Amino acid sequence: MRWMWIDRIVELVPRERLVAVKNVSMAEEHLHDHFEAKGKRAAMPIMPACFILEGMAQTAGILVGHAEEFREKVILAKVGKAELHREAVPGNVLRYTATIQHMDKSGASTAGVVELLDPMKGWSAETIGTIDLMFSHIDQNMSGEEFPEHNFVFSESFRTLLRTSGVR
Amino acid sequence: MTRDEIFNKVRTLLVDALVVDEEGVNMQSRLTTDLGAESIDFLDIVFRLSQVFGITIGQGELFPENPAQQADMVKDGKVTAGGLTMLKSKLPHVDFAAFEKDPSVKRVGELFTVEAVVNFVERKLATK
Repeated sequence: MRWMWIDRIVELVPRERLVAVKNVSMAEEHLHDHFEAKGKRAAMPIMPACFILEGMAQTAGILVGHAEEFREKVILAKVGKAELHREAVPGNVLRYTATIQHMDKSGASTAGVVELLDPMKGWSAETIGTIDLMFSHIDQNMSGEEFPEHNFVFSESFRTLLRTSGVR
Repeated sequence: MTRDEIFNKVRTLLVDALVVDEEGVNMQSRLTTDLGAESIDFLDIVFRLSQVFGITIGQGELFPENPAQQADMVKDGKVTAGGLTMLKSKLPHVDFAAFEKDPSVKRVGELFTVEAVVNFVERKLATK
C-alpha cells in the first residue's frame, strides 16, 4: 500500500487554495479492520479519522510545497484544530479544500474544510469538518540539523499525482 | 491600539495556539514554563501575531535563533557576556534582569513572557 490519501487534485490556485478528492473504497485493507465484526456486532467499515486528517495534510502540504516549486521540504508541524462530525463510508467521496492563511520563509499555516459527497444523496456535498494545520520548511527551521539533499517529502507517488492531475 | 487591547488580543491568540485557559494567561506568564509552549508553537505564535496585528515579523525578530547552536554565544552551558549583549540588542522587547543572574542556556526559553510579546507588538505597531 502506498501512503497516498488523496486520489486527484481538482483545483489549484497557486499560493492560495488547493482542492483534492479521495474516493473511499471497500478495497482498502484498513476498512476491513476499522471496524471488523465482533461478537454479535456486524462489521462497520468507516474511514478512520486519522486518515482523513492525513488526506488534508497531503492536500495542504502540496499547496504549500507548490508555492516554492517543491524546493522546500514541507513537514506537518502542528495540528491547530481538527473537527469531524460525520463518518465517511465506502462509496463516499471526500473533498478537501486547503487555503493558505499565512506563509513565509519558515513555513505556512492552512485552513481546511472537509466535505463528503454521498452517492445516496445525489452526490450532494456536505461539510463534515474543519482541519487547520501548520507546516514547517525544515531546512529553514532546523539550523544545524542535517537532512538529505533531495526532497524526500515529495516522493515519486506525489509527482505522479501532480502529473495525472495536470498540475505543473 | 492601547496596551490593554494588545494584551487581550495576544491572550486570545495564545489560548488558541497553546490550548490553555484564558485565566492562566497573564503578563508574567512564561510561554514555555507556564503555558507549555514547545519549539513549533513559537512559529505558530509568530504566524498568528502577523495575521491578527497585520505586522511582518522577520525570522529571529521576536524569538532568537537557538543560541545553543551559535558557538560564540555559549560557553560551559551559559550565555557569554558577548552573547548576552547581542541578545539584548536583538531583543529590546525582552526583560533580561532575572536571566542575567543565571544566564544558563537552558533558561533562554524562560525569557519569553506574555509581556515580552506585548512589548514586541507595541513596538511593531508604533513603527507601522
